[in-house]
Amino acid sequence: MEIFANLADGFAVALTFQNIMLALLGCFLGTLMGALPGLGPANGVAILIPIAFTLGLGPAPSLILLTSVYYGAMYGGRISSILLNIPGDEPAMMTCLDGHPMALQGRAGEALTLSGIASFVGSFFATCGLVLIAPQLVKVALLFGPAEYFALFTMAFATLGGVTASNQAKSALAAALGLGIAMIGSDSQTGSERFTFGHIHLYDGIDFLIAIVGLFAISEVLIFIEHHQGGAAAKSGAKIGKLLPDFGILKRSGGTMFRSTIIGFLSGVLPGAGASLGSFLSYSVEKNTVDREGKTFGKGDPRGLIAPEVGNNAAAGGALVPMLALGVPGSGTTAVLLAVLLQLNITPGPLLFRNNPDVVWGLIAALFIANFMLLALNLPMVGLFTRVLLIPTRILMPVVAMISFVGIYGLTGSTFDVMMMVGFGFAGWMLRKLGVPLVPVILGILLGNEMEVNMRRALQVSDGDWSIFLGSPLSIGIWVIAITGFVLPIFFGNRVKKKMHAGHSEVEVEEIDEGGD
Amino acid sequence: MSDRIFGLFGLVLAAFYFWATSIIPDSFMVDVVGPRAFPYIVGTVLAVCSVYLLLRPDAEPDWPNLKNFIEIIFATAVMFLYGWSLSKVGFVIATIFATAYLSWRLGTKPISSLITGVATSAGIYVVFHLVLGLSLAKGPLGF
Repeated sequence: MEIFANLADGFAVALTFQNIMLALLGCFLGTLMGALPGLGPANGVAILIPIAFTLGLGPAPSLILLTSVYYGAMYGGRISSILLNIPGDEPAMMTCLDGHPMALQGRAGEALTLSGIASFVGSFFATCGLVLIAPQLVKVALLFGPAEYFALFTMAFATLGGVTASNQAKSALAAALGLGIAMIGSDSQTGSERFTFGHIHLYDGIDFLIAIVGLFAISEVLIFIEHHQGGAAAKSGAKIGKLLPDFGILKRSGGTMFRSTIIGFLSGVLPGAGASLGSFLSYSVEKNTVDREGKTFGKGDPRGLIAPEVGNNAAAGGALVPMLALGVPGSGTTAVLLAVLLQLNITPGPLLFRNNPDVVWGLIAALFIANFMLLALNLPMVGLFTRVLLIPTRILMPVVAMISFVGIYGLTGSTFDVMMMVGFGFAGWMLRKLGVPLVPVILGILLGNEMEVNMRRALQVSDGDWSIFLGSPLSIGIWVIAITGFVLPIFFGNRVKKKMHAGHSEVEVEEIDEGGD
Repeated sequence: MSDRIFGLFGLVLAAFYFWATSIIPDSFMVDVVGPRAFPYIVGTVLAVCSVYLLLRPDAEPDWPNLKNFIEIIFATAVMFLYGWSLSKVGFVIATIFATAYLSWRLGTKPISSLITGVATSAGIYVVFHLVLGLSLAKGPLGF
């Protein structure tokens, strides 16, 4: 059982005193950030990346800190969905449907506890799935040559919007913007200066962290300023009620959890589905299985709360499979995690499993640890986390902006970079207004050079013959998935999206964090 | 209309990108496709998408009114100025004013927002610089 031996090594890396403390800190900060309005998982991790690096933590500890933040934010997102009917990010939308009615009935504490347990179940089994599936995928990925990789990167962009993408032209345009930005700087193959116009700050290219923090965090601050939303999310301490649910509910929802874990995990692994679809599918499947007449769902049925929460968290775990095994993230938050790895000079992909197994398995062990910690933190401390909703954003958002500045300045020591980050923030605000998704931009900046290198290597092998990109059944298969994934939403995207939003028309969808998928 | 303007902007950007790609100098190291092929592909995608937006724009997005738009411009300008002034006046002073401005514009009363600024600046200085040892911008006064 090679997997268990690897996992044991991973736990040996993760279970030092320093790493456990970092995981605890990460879980705590992550839950806070997930609970805060306007700060989804992607934002939270993005702001903390530069700070974790300037603190001089080693690769394994910073990875543990930041993945704990990631999982923590996925947990925290449900708090505002249940108490305030404001989803922190798109996947949390389905949690509102039954979570908020429960809160209105005075069962908020129960709803929070149940969803905490549901999150735990979803991410725990998804992490198990990751352990089992990722090494298999790695075996396939080892067959990939540069041409297949180029096709794979194209597929990542084509399917990024998922079936719910509203305008594929805008997604593709966003990807082109990101790739274009990635080209700035010295060409890695020949050393030619590209798009620098003799500007010395641009010779090394634009640091992707500047773009990420600018596009996500600073544009969020601008959105708040635009709407003059300075008040606190909650008016006063929301009544939570008793925390412990009737444990019979848990017993009865075993089937719900099982089905939703599978559905969520698969939507996380498959290209183009993601956490939003995972929680949506889990909810609708559950509704059709246990509540055919539509009597209880949408009116505070605990199973209607458990299903999307399990699905959402299982999808978040499943999304790590393609990210770690192939180096191709499928969502905004996994893209930010990819940024973490790249910043540590770790390129995810099959070679990572072969050459740095300690990093991979240490990371997976950290995910397990974070999961248990979150369960332990969340159940007793949920009252504290709900307090966070009382902080007025007129104080919170400026502090978030300043911490982002501190992180970037600490990392690069350049005021030019700080100004560039503000530029990205404004551009991000414009793009969000125009309905252009930001995640493809980020992914383009992150993957651009790798994608180009693979294209050029493939052409080097074939001596300039472009037909190499269709030269193997594997790459033809990937191209087919890519094209299908890109074209399908044009016909079905609006229908699926309408269905997802139909049950949710009373909630302001406008404020949903773009990067938080 | 907004999408048409954006599409037009995209086209101009693509044209600029093509031109900038065409002037990439060759170096003494060469590979089969060279440093220009991929940027040309990227520029083409950009141009095609922009033309699509010109022809089939989405419904008008929900733009802020002029007053709020100016608000956004000012906030951006203040943050930009903040970045520029970091090396001139140092982290602590720059942060006080930038935080106070943003907090004021989000609805804090002027005096409270100045207090928020001072507290944020001091708090970040203590936590990130004194405790965690992060390097912050130094001004002529040494902080």
